[in-house]
Amino acid sequence: MHVRADQRFPIQIELNGRQREGLAEPRMQLCDFLRHELGTTGVHVGCEHGVCGACTVLVDGVASRSCLMLAVQAHERRIDTVESLSRDNIMNDLQQAFSRHHALQCGFCTAGILMSCVEFLERVPSPDETQVRDMLSGHLCRCTGYTGMVRAVLEVAQQRQETLVENNNDV
Amino acid sequence: MKPAVFDYVRAANKREALQQLTEHGEQARIIAGGQSLMAVLNMRLAQPKVLIDINQASDLHYLKVENNCLKVGAAVRQVELLDRTSLVDEVPLLAQAMPWIGHFQTRNRGTVCGSVAHADPSAEIPLCLVTLGGTVVLESLKGKRREVPAAEFFQGVLTTEKRPDEMVVEVQFPLREADVIYRFHEVAMRHGDFALVALAACIRQGEVDLGVGGVADRPTLRRLPLGAELKDSLNTLAWSLGAQDDVHASAPYRRQLVRELGQQLIEDNDHARAS
Repeated sequence: MHVRADQRFPIQIELNGRQREGLAEPRMQLCDFLRHELGTTGVHVGCEHGVCGACTVLVDGVASRSCLMLAVQAHERRIDTVESLSRDNIMNDLQQAFSRHHALQCGFCTAGILMSCVEFLERVPSPDETQVRDMLSGHLCRCTGYTGMVRAVLEVAQQRQETLVENNNDV
Repeated sequence: MKPAVFDYVRAANKREALQQLTEHGEQARIIAGGQSLMAVLNMRLAQPKVLIDINQASDLHYLKVENNCLKVGAAVRQVELLDRTSLVDEVPLLAQAMPWIGHFQTRNRGTVCGSVAHADPSAEIPLCLVTLGGTVVLESLKGKRREVPAAEFFQGVLTTEKRPDEMVVEVQFPLREADVIYRFHEVAMRHGDFALVALAACIRQGEVDLGVGGVADRPTLRRLPLGAELKDSLNTLAWSLGAQDDVHASAPYRRQLVRELGQQLIEDNDHARAS
């Protein structure tokens, strides 16, 4: 696969469960492709050099900075953005917990943080506070001071574990 | 900012990547995880004409123990080393250092060899490689395969022994030696930020190999005596590194960290266990 600098390449990705296609020249970052070509403006672009974490999305289920990846690199991959979380305009448990615990104020950093939390809770289903804070260290939030986020993530982890136990008991 | 224009080549294997490098030389850059290079491209500090992507090169994706070394191919991500449960027995120093590297989100994509090729003086993987006496394997299409000792590979800030038509295809970490205690610690403004001072120690009978990152223009390794002379030799080491002031820390603070953190790391067993 060779894409010339002045060429716009047809990129196919599975975006939030749907097959999508758009055009990108080689230098286009994945975050810009997702926003401007495919309209998933939940991807927020902050620092554009991998420090702030606002643009974090899942690439094949793994939390990654979409400003540190090219759109052409995402060709034939699976991408999930914050838009994948809610169903029928109802926020998922993580989003509701963020709201309940005031884990956001302006909301700019939130989309990326939620996506990190999605992968983190799959890898570490019962985290302690230190682990949650370590995960959050990959993000910058200038409003909240992170305390609400830590509470929200810990609460969701506990709720999901309880649900798991209940479901197992039902069976 | 957005990168300047470049051609993008997705290499299916090592040979294809080396062919592209031979063809384009200094005009080309290899991209693997891109966790350092993409930032550099976005800020236009580098403007290559061709970007060679090796993420799909399956023959560069291997982790194996061979000839008393852990060999890590160029496409192996940092998270794969971190998740390797046997790492703590194979290369305990690296196992201690891995959680300090960037953040979970950057380790997901960043590669081990990429960190070595980038050669940031405060990076943890180059520091461990130098401290353990590891090897960097370079290949080009026409030349010979070169196995360069890590101490010779790093030549300054973002500067290495690698020639324009070569790529880092593998790094080799020597396996743990019996009767050696390995310890790692660093100080940064926040966990996961660039280290102000990072220290890696191999403690033997009567002496210690101490690697220092984040102070000089490259990871630096010194052999120091244990016991009463340690304090003086740490002081000599601290002054020899040419510490510079920057926005994050002053030169005297960096020297003090080398002295104090060095002594704690080497002598204080409780501290090492806690970290």
